[in-house]
Amino acid sequence: MAGLKVKNLTKRFADFAALSDVSLDVADGEFVAVLGPSGCGKTTLLRMVAGFEQPDDGEITIGGKVMSGAGINVQPENRKVGIVFQNYALWPHMNVAENVGYSLRVAKVDKATREKRVEEALALVNLQGFGERRPANLSGGQRQRVALARCLVAAPSLVLFDEPLANLDVHLRAAMEDEFAAFHKRTGTTIVYITHDQAEAMALADRIAVLDHGRLMQFATPRMLYEEPANEMVASFIAQGMVLPAEILSAAQDGACRVRILGQEAVLRCRPDEIARADAKVCVRAGDLEVVEMGGIPIRVKRSIYRGGGSRIEASPAERPDIELHFDLPDPARLEEGTQARLAIRTGWVIPRAEGAVR
Amino acid sequence: MLDTKRHQGHDAALIATVTVVVAALSILPMFRLGMEIIAPQGRFSTTALQSALSSSATWVATWHSLQVGIGGTLLAVILGTAVALLISLTDIRFRSAFVLLFVAPLLIAPQVTALAWLQLFGPASPFLKLIGLAPPLGSRNPLYSTGGIILLLGVQYGPLVFLIVRAGLRKLPRELVEAGLSSGAGKWTVLTTIILPLMTPSIIGATALAFVSCVGNFGIPAFLGIPANYLVLPTLIYQRLAGAGPSVLSEVAVLSMLIGIIAMAGIFAQDYAARRRDYRIVSTSLPAQPFALGRWQIAVEAGLALLILLVLVLPLVGLLLTALVPAYGVPLNWQTATLANFKFILTEHGAASRAFGNSIGLSLAAAAFAVVLAVPLGYLITWRERWWTKFLNLSAELPYALPGVVLAIASLLLFLKPVPVIGLHIYNTIWIILYAYLARFLVLALRPTISGLHQIDRALEEAAQVAGAGLMRRMRTIIFPLVAPATLAGGVLIFMTAFSELTVSALLWASGSETIGVVIFSFEQGGDSSYAAAISVLVVAVTFLLMLSTNLFARHLPSGVLPWRD
Ligand SMILES: Nc1ncnc2c1ncn2[C@@H]1O[C@H](COP(=O)(O)OP(=O)(O)OP(=O)(O)O)[C@@H](O)[C@H]1O
Ligand SMILES: [Mg+2]
Repeated sequence: MAGLKVKNLTKRFADFAALSDVSLDVADGEFVAVLGPSGCGKTTLLRMVAGFEQPDDGEITIGGKVMSGAGINVQPENRKVGIVFQNYALWPHMNVAENVGYSLRVAKVDKATREKRVEEALALVNLQGFGERRPANLSGGQRQRVALARCLVAAPSLVLFDEPLANLDVHLRAAMEDEFAAFHKRTGTTIVYITHDQAEAMALADRIAVLDHGRLMQFATPRMLYEEPANEMVASFIAQGMVLPAEILSAAQDGACRVRILGQEAVLRCRPDEIARADAKVCVRAGDLEVVEMGGIPIRVKRSIYRGGGSRIEASPAERPDIELHFDLPDPARLEEGTQARLAIRTGWVIPRAEGAVR
Repeated sequence: MLDTKRHQGHDAALIATVTVVVAALSILPMFRLGMEIIAPQGRFSTTALQSALSSSATWVATWHSLQVGIGGTLLAVILGTAVALLISLTDIRFRSAFVLLFVAPLLIAPQVTALAWLQLFGPASPFLKLIGLAPPLGSRNPLYSTGGIILLLGVQYGPLVFLIVRAGLRKLPRELVEAGLSSGAGKWTVLTTIILPLMTPSIIGATALAFVSCVGNFGIPAFLGIPANYLVLPTLIYQRLAGAGPSVLSEVAVLSMLIGIIAMAGIFAQDYAARRRDYRIVSTSLPAQPFALGRWQIAVEAGLALLILLVLVLPLVGLLLTALVPAYGVPLNWQTATLANFKFILTEHGAASRAFGNSIGLSLAAAAFAVVLAVPLGYLITWRERWWTKFLNLSAELPYALPGVVLAIASLLLFLKPVPVIGLHIYNTIWIILYAYLARFLVLALRPTISGLHQIDRALEEAAQVAGAGLMRRMRTIIFPLVAPATLAGGVLIFMTAFSELTVSALLWASGSETIGVVIFSFEQGGDSSYAAAISVLVVAVTFLLMLSTNLFARHLPSGVLPWRD
């Protein structure tokens, strides 16, 4: 087992900075998800941890040993990390057992031990008896499990996943998610898991690192990300948060402060060091909004989408048509397009002033 | 960290080895040739340059080279493009068979093509005798002429144009054609206003390649031009060297440079066209629906069959018949037909039977070497791409892109004296031919390897890397098995090409190191056409056998690796 430390990592492709100054400290045995929009540098980060790309700056330490940086560059074959690739990368010219046993053969493990460990690894992923099959004759889910077994058999101290479920259908995804979680629990391996599926990340990870444009936005537990986003990007990226302009009326007291949002006053959660200021931004989520008869923010409904058991309403404040709001309206209540209504903000989070990563 | 060093050592060793080998096979001979032109025998002088360039024979041969080069190219382009359009755009039947048969002349050595056609039309032609149309004995073969050379060059390289244009047509998105049709244009209008303009880059590229091949061809002008005293640059070089030996090397180096320059003009034109090709058709989609020929279908099919009969079947039949004739001019029938010629060349004639051994050995060695080198080289060029890897690729292409005569002269210059320091002496041995073959044919295995690697997900190698496998082991257990089919197909192509090669070996052979091509050439020059035909029949048979047997594992290959397979 080994923890992973990434310090001030920077990677440029020509002039383009794919990663800038990213630092992560993954504890031994932790399951960390890396989340971010397409092109934000997730794969680049993973490839540098694995050793396929050299950082332009910064340092990567695995299990206390420096792998990249400071003039050192340990080759991928000597890093003892496992990877599960998005498209499985099973070798088509070898059968399942040969695929799984490859790293043992490389390590010159004797044949009997090798066969035993391959069988064990296949059992771990519920593929007993599949050893003689060719990768081409397996279903997508089975291939992914072979890839997992291949990575497990060498008992790596750190396992990297690059969007391992992206090619699978929804049902299979749920089953594989359970399998990954079980695997993590059983082995206690440190895992870095790349995905752009938030639900997947939230369900699996102890902590999530959110990347955007090659920068680390926030590295925190799923709950923290949802409830206390560190900046506007995380606020709007996670669970489609709405970022609204606001004025803070009072300094923080017991983790909350009074704010004025779109002309309405409300009490929102905030950092303990929050002070009164005019240029604040707050994050509210669909569940924090409620339709009221009196008071609240006057809105005009733009669109109503039936979602089964309720509708999702998209609307704008009557005075600020440029701001988009959305919330869920349970049946039997209905709001047609073009109608007016009033919204109250029940709770929310004041986005801290100093943007940047919080660790 | 020790481990790290060792692995990086392997990496560096691989890169160094591959680079040194490619440089020794490509840069070194070309550099030596260049040196000879500015500083013959190591002293700076323009004497050789002047004497070569002031000789009228040089300019006559240059003029002839351009004449047959341009004529042959035109014919090849018209023939190849027309057949490519017919086969790719219409609902013709038996498509794969037509492709196989139409491409075949490309795989038959030019001197065999020349011999076959000569046998077909000559006054002694057993075929014409059979049908009672033979000209009187002693009359001149009509193919001993400029027109004859142009005709055969066109037939030889028409398939080359065909392959390139057909590849272009396959990438033509059907929406473009359908958009034209649905805006009311007839098929002919769509062909001339949409399809042909879109194909210009392919056609230009094919034209340039055909031109380089025509100008560099030795076998056809040697068989058809030398008897008529019509010399082109490659045959002029051959005659000079054969007549005066190494003393004229400096002069023929200048001549080979002239062909090099003419060919380079073609290569640059092709490069230009290839760069234009990329942006012209962006969408990738299914190929266009074939045009229905309707009641013309049978007529077009019959026309194509007739074409194949003319350019492939009849000449080969002529060749076979000549091989069965007991002596020059004897009419062929059941009584006179004999296998004595085969027996003679295989068992009785020393040089001929030796040549079979030599050619098989040379082509096997060249193919094996190219396969072994192509994998790490292709790996560096595709998966370890750096700024310098494209120079590796260019260097590997150069000895094949330039006419064979150029490489042969360069090899002669390089090895005429024992190589300094290591004292390697291979002049006048079979090893100098092997050296030239290795240099010339490497790229035939490299190209399919590269296209194979482009189709393989690099993650397959990375997965092995994280499993702890070092470079050498990955090469052996992952990369080689994955590209092996493509690379080996390249090896087969090399074997076929080298097996009956003439251009290079005609200048490099010595007694004891004859190749099949050389023996065919000598028999024909000595008037023993029947022996030459017998060897050629065997060569063609080997070629066809190889084509058909590689077809068996064609489904494991990236498309386009086997040129004769549709
Ligand atoms: N070898 C390369 N050369 C140039 N640019 C690259 C290279 N590899 C990645 N990039 C660029 O770096 C950025 C980050 O790429 P990366 O593959 O890490 O994104 P990602 O977060 O994994 O995206 P996705 O979710 O789509 O997989 C992208 O803009 C990409 O175009
Ligand atoms: Mg990615």
